Amino acid sequence: MFGTGLLKGLGVTLKHALETFEDDRESVPDRYKGSLDLGNNRKVIQQPIDQEGLLTIQYPEEKRLLPERFRYIPMLIWDSEKQEDRCTACGICAKVCPPQCIWIVRDSDENGKPVTRCSEFYIDAAVCMSCSFCVEFCPFDAIKMNHDYELAVYDRYPQLVYDMEELTVPLEYYAALWPTQYEEEQARRKEEEEQKRKQEEEKAARAAARQAAAAQKAEAGAGAPKRSAAELQALAKERAAQRQAQAQGQTADGGGDDDAAAAKRARMEDLKRRAQERARQRKLESGNGSS
Amino acid sequence: MASLPPNFQQLKQDQLQPFLHDEISVPADLEGNVLITTVDKIYNWSRRSSMWPLLFGLACCAIEMIASAASRYDLSRFGMEVMRPSPRQSDLMIVSGTVTKKMVPAIVRIYNQMAEPRYVVSMGACATGGGPFKEGYNVVSGIDKYIPVDVYVPGCPPTPEALIYGLMKMHEKVDRQSVVSVPWYQKDSSQFVPVPRLGPDIFDPRQVELIKDTTLKAATGAAAANGAGTGGGAAAETRGPVELSAKAIARMEEAKRRWRAKQG
Amino acid sequence: MTEATAVMDAPAGELGLAPELADAVVDTWAEDTEKAYVVAPDRILEVLTHLRDGQGYDFLSNLTCVDYEGYGGKLRAGIDARLEVVYNLYSTRRGGGSIALHVRVPEDDTVPSATSVYPGANLQEREVYDLFGVKFDGHPNLRRILLWDGFHGHPMRKDWHEAYYEEDAKPFRSRHPKGEYEFHEDKVPWAKNTTYPAGWDPDSWQEAVAYVPVSQAPQHENEPHLDTESIVVNLGPHHPSTHGVFRMLTRVEGETILALEPEMGYLHRNHEKIGERNTWLMNMPFTDRLDYLNSMSNNWAYALAVEKLADIEVPERAEYLRVIMAEFSRIVNHAWSIGFILNDLGALQTPALYAIEEREMILDLFEAVSGARMMCNYMRFGGVVRDLPEGWHEQAAYLANERLPRALDELDRLLTENEILMARGRGVGYLSVEDLISLSVSGPMIRAGGLAYDIRKAEPYGIYDRFDFDIPTLPNSDIYDRYYIRLLEARESVRILQQALRDIPEGEILGGRGGYTLRAPEGQVYGRLEAPKGELGFYLASDGKTQPWRYHVRSPSYINLNALGPMSVGYKVADAIVILGAIDIVLGEVDR
Repeated sequence: MFGTGLLKGLGVTLKHALETFEDDRESVPDRYKGSLDLGNNRKVIQQPIDQEGLLTIQYPEEKRLLPERFRYIPMLIWDSEKQEDRCTACGICAKVCPPQCIWIVRDSDENGKPVTRCSEFYIDAAVCMSCSFCVEFCPFDAIKMNHDYELAVYDRYPQLVYDMEELTVPLEYYAALWPTQYEEEQARRKEEEEQKRKQEEEKAARAAARQAAAAQKAEAGAGAPKRSAAELQALAKERAAQRQAQAQGQTADGGGDDDAAAAKRARMEDLKRRAQERARQRKLESGNGSS
Repeated sequence: MASLPPNFQQLKQDQLQPFLHDEISVPADLEGNVLITTVDKIYNWSRRSSMWPLLFGLACCAIEMIASAASRYDLSRFGMEVMRPSPRQSDLMIVSGTVTKKMVPAIVRIYNQMAEPRYVVSMGACATGGGPFKEGYNVVSGIDKYIPVDVYVPGCPPTPEALIYGLMKMHEKVDRQSVVSVPWYQKDSSQFVPVPRLGPDIFDPRQVELIKDTTLKAATGAAAANGAGTGGGAAAETRGPVELSAKAIARMEEAKRRWRAKQG
Repeated sequence: MTEATAVMDAPAGELGLAPELADAVVDTWAEDTEKAYVVAPDRILEVLTHLRDGQGYDFLSNLTCVDYEGYGGKLRAGIDARLEVVYNLYSTRRGGGSIALHVRVPEDDTVPSATSVYPGANLQEREVYDLFGVKFDGHPNLRRILLWDGFHGHPMRKDWHEAYYEEDAKPFRSRHPKGEYEFHEDKVPWAKNTTYPAGWDPDSWQEAVAYVPVSQAPQHENEPHLDTESIVVNLGPHHPSTHGVFRMLTRVEGETILALEPEMGYLHRNHEKIGERNTWLMNMPFTDRLDYLNSMSNNWAYALAVEKLADIEVPERAEYLRVIMAEFSRIVNHAWSIGFILNDLGALQTPALYAIEEREMILDLFEAVSGARMMCNYMRFGGVVRDLPEGWHEQAAYLANERLPRALDELDRLLTENEILMARGRGVGYLSVEDLISLSVSGPMIRAGGLAYDIRKAEPYGIYDRFDFDIPTLPNSDIYDRYYIRLLEARESVRILQQALRDIPEGEILGGRGGYTLRAPEGQVYGRLEAPKGELGFYLASDGKTQPWRYHVRSPSYINLNALGPMSVGYKVADAIVILGAIDIVLGEVDR
């Protein structure tokens, strides 16, 4: 009979309409199952896969729970444990970037000698294609993908050319966004550091032993009294301990490095302050853009 | 996903607050700063709440634009579900995708056909600045080189949320306009943007003199080019009535200066 | 067809030339990677005719060109001819691999057009003319296609540089530490990506306009007593029915189409030129943006071609992951395509909204595994980049076993028996399957014409030979069948998904050697797979460096448009819109 197909189709849409209507009448509608209530009418929605249909997310009050691997624009990591930028200005991210939107300038010390730190780091968000190659190939875990997508601005220049200050975030921020990967990474880094430390110790011990041996030889040649093996070992240990203490002094605020540590802490505070300022700025900026 | 720590969202919120901007809302201090009359309020509210976008998709971003209009993000919550294919009936042009040289005359023409008040949102990296295709020979490095843009949404492509955030910025901008000062009620303010033409390469009628200066100089040497530069002055006056924005002119001057310096 | 079968005696990959044709082949090339026969330019048509009629190579898949100016490789030492036109032929009847023919052309020389043997060469030859400047003798409509008439130069030639040109190969030195970075805009005085020939005067410029086939279309002769005139109607590039920035020039009499010509290039974003500057790996995220509904298939096609060229092994688990992602994206594509065919039919939005509902759930899965909804950038040479996150597998299995079959059933109930769809779709846009093949059309289009040709079966890649699935075919080759075949194919994809998700093993996901420093061995290769829209191929030529020498995308959307004109003639304007919708194009892939 002509028209049965039409009726059948209309039946499908009618069923949907009734179902959603029914769901809306419930005190806690279906769509909030499995979602997080942040209070103040704000929710983080995660639709369970076995839930019928597709739910409307009432952005901006409700937001979708972003998966950990979500990528938007890269960010630079400020290592809050060591109080330093992780970036060493090696430039690999700039090399692998397919649209070549990263631009790095390496810093140099007072004598003009380049150091492993960048003085400028730009990402042109008007070119970035969010491919995350920079993250994949960074050997220092210094660049990661940010989840922040609320980036719309009224002016392209200079707002969309992100500089180092805008890109840098502390480690905790990254840890919160990428918990699984962060943990894996921390474990790996720890292991690597452990290995490096061991290697260095061994190297130090070997060097000490070699030195001692050389000294022994020389001494033996000169016919001077020999030191016992135990003495030598103790000496080597002492040196290693000294070296370690020195190394620690560089990372923690020990010895005469107080100023440097304070500067780093200040930088951290500064970063936070800037982030807050930027947030406020973005909110206020709306006024500047009106024609 | 399942492997997240139980307090993940809380953690995320706590950690992010100082580093992220605030949630979107019309700022409370707005009323204090800007003189908003009742008329303005009604005027802006009604424009903001029924801002009809042009049904105009260019590339990948258009798919995300459709996704924002579809079930999950549902643009009709903002009164934007009526996407009009005709520029005459629409208020907002979402430039969603790569703008190519072959396409830009059409876009400018469509923009000219839109009735005031008209707004332009540049969606995604490509429309904003050429994006990953910026170096391409047929790609325009940003639609703002040809028509004025109100809001830029970065991302490749911006997720529907990012686009909606951009649209809300657009709404905020509308909210700040006043009937007294908006350009389209001023005399002689609403003018056409001269449509770019397809030559050996795309050329902007506003830049003809500059182009001639360079091409003819390259052909006949500096002395002849000077003559051509002055001789063409009269022709320029018959061309596009709309001036480039001050920012664009400043940028161009800067580019010109550097280019000259490089040429020696 | 049966008499042709009788002479298909040459083994696959051999030409089987008759003695009088033997001297047409002057050389072979790239034996280590993928062997190609070099044919004398004046004999190419004879060889093509022989292959089509005598050997059953009825499908001209890929036709492109390579510019060897400044080529550094060893294989081509001592050869003067600068340009090389490439033909890749397949047989839809016996399946299997391709025959590659090359024709060497000195600059500014002409090649006989293959359109008389394979009408499907039409658009591809125009593209080669546009981008390389090779002229084809006897082509019915040889004018620019992606760029516009009057454009200066042929941009895919190696010595052609655009305004923002920086270096021949990435990474650009200016970005590294110590480099002198300069904004692209500062390279030219007018701060735009344009460059003009010396001495060009904009004031005296006249734009060239020539739409020959449409303006010369025959007058309507069926109703000679009516004193009517045909007129030219232009649809697009901004038109809600054209699926993006696409333009159809039609000559209509009343509502009936007398001639239709596609006009494209409005989204030509220079994939291939940029691709030749990128390193091998850098092209991966660019392929996402070809057919932006199916980034996973595009990734795979490119990875497949490079793996073939550089001989890279893919671990077992990665193969399964690739199949899973590709089939999910096929469902996304077909659902989208069904929804928008209905949109074009005038059922604005409701069917489309229903059809793309499940897409969001699949995109959520893509996002969880790769980080992005659309631009997944998920595959690498030798595998995939990230393993599944926890909980992914269960969700995907639920989707494949429960949710998607239910959703497809619902779509079926909603649409298939709909009388309006039948009335508008039955018998509209008919073209016989022989014509479709000769026009190089591939994918669901030919399967809706009754030919069970699917690369997953005809030349299995990945691990498709392990799955139990059918190739659905429908007999009528009209709009309705083109709609319904997509639903059937989506069901088959669900079947494959169920098996793949059941059988997926644990293990490695990425084999070695495929990093960003990859140097593919010198040679050339054509790799293809069955993308949701048809045959997606990548023609790659390498000179052993970190960049491809030539990076060409054989995109199904583009080449399927060959059939748009022939299919639309005789139907109404409103039908032409649906005919276009049923070809299922994506402009990112059409124009590249």
